[in-house]
Amino acid sequence: MDETAALKKTPLHALHLSLGARMVPFAGYDMPVQYPQGVLKEHLWTRASAGVFDVSHMGQVTIRARSGKYEDAALALESLVPVDIFGLAEGRQRYGFFTDDNGGILDDLMITHMDDYLFVVVNAACKDADFKHLQDHIGDICEVTLLDRALIALQGPRAVSVLAELWADLAHMKFMDVRHCRLHDVSCLVSRSGYSGEDGFEISVPADKAEDIAKRLLEHPDVQPIGLGARDSLRLEAGLCLYGNDIDQTTTPVEAALEWAMQKARKTSGARAGGFPGASRILAELDNGALRRRVGLKPEGKAPVRGHAKLYADAEGKTEIGEVTSGGFGPSVEGPVAMGYVPVSFAAPGTPVYAEVRGKYLPVAVSTLPFITPTYKR
Amino acid sequence: MLKFTEEHEWLNIEGDVAIVGITAHAAEQLGDLVFVELPEVGASFSKGDDAATVESVKAASEVYCPLDGEITEINEAITADPALVNSDPMGAGWFFKLKLKNAADASGLLDEAGYKELIA
Repeated sequence: MDETAALKKTPLHALHLSLGARMVPFAGYDMPVQYPQGVLKEHLWTRASAGVFDVSHMGQVTIRARSGKYEDAALALESLVPVDIFGLAEGRQRYGFFTDDNGGILDDLMITHMDDYLFVVVNAACKDADFKHLQDHIGDICEVTLLDRALIALQGPRAVSVLAELWADLAHMKFMDVRHCRLHDVSCLVSRSGYSGEDGFEISVPADKAEDIAKRLLEHPDVQPIGLGARDSLRLEAGLCLYGNDIDQTTTPVEAALEWAMQKARKTSGARAGGFPGASRILAELDNGALRRRVGLKPEGKAPVRGHAKLYADAEGKTEIGEVTSGGFGPSVEGPVAMGYVPVSFAAPGTPVYAEVRGKYLPVAVSTLPFITPTYKR
Repeated sequence: MLKFTEEHEWLNIEGDVAIVGITAHAAEQLGDLVFVELPEVGASFSKGDDAATVESVKAASEVYCPLDGEITEINEAITADPALVNSDPMGAGWFFKLKLKNAADASGLLDEAGYKELIA
């Protein structure tokens, strides 16, 4: 069978083709990697104005307690994530991750407290496994439903004014607020969040209305379509993890420098400490630190350092200390940027390390993350 | 004499020296280039060796040596401004000059019509 024909399509597939997108296979979907203006301009456009991203390939799941009570759904989900879900305010979203028994990360996800249920967004490549994971572990307490909806991200400093001009003033929403909202008479779920480091929104839309909503956004002069290429460089500059690259089952949340996503209630001595897969290791690492850590890496020269490049303590490549997990060129930084794992003794900002690129050992400085200043409206 | 490889390099051959670059088609496929690494003057390569590297925002790609030869000159303008390769791939965006070991080998490469057919 033709490989392309086997790929799934989002509700915006025809629109991507009509916009001249170059399509590539991504997580089982035929997705736009870039549009005619190209990755560099798309990236800079998003940082300066507003970009539309099709993220419909991601999984949207609702979790409802069979009792009908939010608290029961929250406590059930807490058995799978080291995050405070019980204490999450209504209409608020929170970043989290599913962990395994070794403390590794199975997937990362966004979790929202809707009135009496949870709405979560998971990665495309993991969504079937995540759905099964939820069914297997909390399916007796909760009804877990994988929704057939589109997801459109509008990211950038003009995103809020664009939405205000077209439909609804959402300026009162703060970063990670979630609201039901009617856009062009379509009932949508809007969150003030995203994965670009910019202010912006993610809009969950019924699949059959997605093209209409996306087209109306794209008609606005401040808005351009943005592909996976710029999505990747934007999130890398923002220091955000890409599941499968920067985090996976071999990395723990503390190694990944994601302890900010684990609230006090779930940590040692917290009101609901532990009780999630891998808790013994993760809590021990929270208390005592992990052996290695995800850090920012700023190559000193112009050459991009890509994922899987090996990291060394010395310029001769004698002592291997770690690996780059994501790397490329940061159009806003105007230079190469990367992330990777190093032993904690090398994790202090400014520490010199060396990355192997085509047989050479290029100097790289350990750097704080993110590489850009996020413009989230907290 | 203008020749092309199936790997999307072009060669402008005069006598036993070829000016080498990547085709407009290749430059467009790669997208905006942000980094170019050129070989050292004096380096010798066989046909098919990695002679240069070009990187877009997203990915790195190799540029192959189109024939056996020695590098006699490199275009440092494109290391300073890789976007030149996108804006003028067949002109100011050239990569290097290659002194051919055997100029007659060029007869095995594509001519312009053959290359156009390849990318059609």
